[in-house]
Amino acid sequence: MPVTDKVPVHLLVNGEAYEVMVPPYKTLLEVLREDLGLTGTKHGCELGECSMCGVLVDGKPYLSCLAMPLDLQQAEISTVEGLANGNEPHPLQRAFAELGAAQCGYCTPAMLLTAKSLLDSNPRPSREAIRQALAGVLCRCTGYLKIFEAVELAAARSSTSPPAAHV
Amino acid sequence: MDPILVLRLPRLRYVQARTVEEAAAIVGSDGGRAMLIAGGTDLLPNLKRRQFDVATLVSLRGIPGWDAITGDPQAGMSLSAGATLDQVARHPAVLSGYRALAQAAGLVSTPQIRYMGTLGGNLMVDPRCNYYNQTFAWRKAVGFCLKKDGDICLVARSSPRCWAVSSSDTAPVAVAFAASVVLQGMAGTRRVRAAELYRDDGIDYTTRKRDEVITSVEFPAARTTTSAYWKLRRRGSFDFPIVGAAVVIWWEDGVVRDARGALSAVGSHPVDISSYLSSLRGVHPDERLIAELAAAADKPARPLDNTDLSHYWRKRMTRVFIERALRDAAGLDPQAGLLTAQLKS
Repeated sequence: MPVTDKVPVHLLVNGEAYEVMVPPYKTLLEVLREDLGLTGTKHGCELGECSMCGVLVDGKPYLSCLAMPLDLQQAEISTVEGLANGNEPHPLQRAFAELGAAQCGYCTPAMLLTAKSLLDSNPRPSREAIRQALAGVLCRCTGYLKIFEAVELAAARSSTSPPAAHV
Repeated sequence: MDPILVLRLPRLRYVQARTVEEAAAIVGSDGGRAMLIAGGTDLLPNLKRRQFDVATLVSLRGIPGWDAITGDPQAGMSLSAGATLDQVARHPAVLSGYRALAQAAGLVSTPQIRYMGTLGGNLMVDPRCNYYNQTFAWRKAVGFCLKKDGDICLVARSSPRCWAVSSSDTAPVAVAFAASVVLQGMAGTRRVRAAELYRDDGIDYTTRKRDEVITSVEFPAARTTTSAYWKLRRRGSFDFPIVGAAVVIWWEDGVVRDARGALSAVGSHPVDISSYLSSLRGVHPDERLIAELAAAADKPARPLDNTDLSHYWRKRMTRVFIERALRDAAGLDPQAGLLTAQLKS
C-alpha cells in the first residue's frame, strides 16, 4: 500500500463533527484550511515560531501547524470561525474592533483565541497575565498595546463588576 | 494556498501506538526509518526542513498514563515522559521540591509550545546549529553540513565531529538533580542517570537505542534541597537557550551538604560542572565564594559560533549565569552578584 493513501479523520471543530479523507502527514492547519474550508486560521512560519496558526484544543492554545489531526480525534477544536454567537460578535471581537487592536489582521484570529483561553480560566487577568498568555503570538503592527487594552476591555465588560471608566 | 509557498511535511505513515511495547517494536523494526513523536514541536519543524529521512512516525500520545506525574519531594517524583512542559512548570509538588525543573520547563519557548511539548521530547531535543536548523533550500544553497546531507562541519571546517548544540532546558536540570531516565525497548526496561543519556556529539547525541522509548524521568527525594535554572536567550518569550545554568544544593544544618550543576547550550551535551562546586560543601556560601566558583565553573563551556549571538559574549555570560543560578539557589538576590556587577563596568 503506498504511503500516500488517505486515511479517515474525525474532527470536532467548533462543535461540528467532520469526517474527512486526508493524507496522514497533513497538519491540522492544512486540514482546517484546505479540507474543511476554515481559512480563518492563518499560515505563518509553519515552524512554531509565530503562532499565527493558533487554535484551541480542549480550550488550550495550540499551534495547528505542528498538530497532527490523527492525534486530535478525541479533542474539541475551536477556530476563530466559532467565536461569534450567530451574528453577535464575541466580546473580544467587539473590543478588538472598537480599540483598533486589529491592524493588518493577520495575527488577530490567534490573538482572539489565545485571549479567549486566558479569559475562560482567568476572567479578570492582570496586564502581566495578558502579556504572558499572548507572549507566543507575534504581531508586527500594533506594538501589542491596543491588543492588551482590548483584552482588558472585553474582560471588564464580561465580568460582573462595573465597566471600567474608559469604556 | 500554493503548495510551493508552504513548508509541508514529507510523505509518511503515521502510526498511533497504543502501548510502549508496540511503539518500541515499530521503531525497532523499521530499518531506522521510523521515529517517535510526542508533542512534535521539535520534530515537525525539523521534518518540514527535511533534517531527517523518515518513512514512519509513531505517535506516543495515545498511550494510557502517558502524562502522569506522581510522588512528592519527600519521597521523590516520577514524571511521565509525556507530561507537557506546561504541566511540569505548574505542578505544585514540582514547584516546591524541584523549582529548577519548573523554571526550566516554564522557560521553554512560548506558552503554546509548552502546552504541546513534552518533558521527554525536551530531553531529546535534536542538537541545534545555525547551519543545520534551516530549510532544505537554504542548506543546499550554502552547502550541506556534516549533520545532514554533507561531509564537512561548517562551524569548524577541519573538525571530524559535529558541533551542534545541546539545546534542552530540562536536560541540565535532570543532570544536576542526578535524576534517572527510564527507557523501555524491545529487550526490556533499563534505568540510566540523566548524564548517561547523552554523548558529546552533535549527531550521535544520545545513548538511547533506536527501539527505546523514554517512559519517565525519576527525580530523587528533595527534602532539604534548593535549586534554580537561569537561561540566556535573545527574546524572553521565545528562543532556545544560548546559555543555561542549572544548580541544585542539598542543605544540612544550615550548610551545604552537596551541590551539583550543569550547563545547557555550551556543548553538544549537557555539561556537568558539579566538580567545580565541591568547595561549597560544609559552608554557608557568601557572595564572594559564589562569584569565585562561578568564575571558574565556566571552564568546560565551549560555545562556538553556531547559535544566536556572539560566542565570545556567550562564554562571557556563562559565568554570570552560573553565579545567578547559585545565588538564586542560595537565597541571595540573583542579579546582585559580583560577576553581574562587572558587566556594567
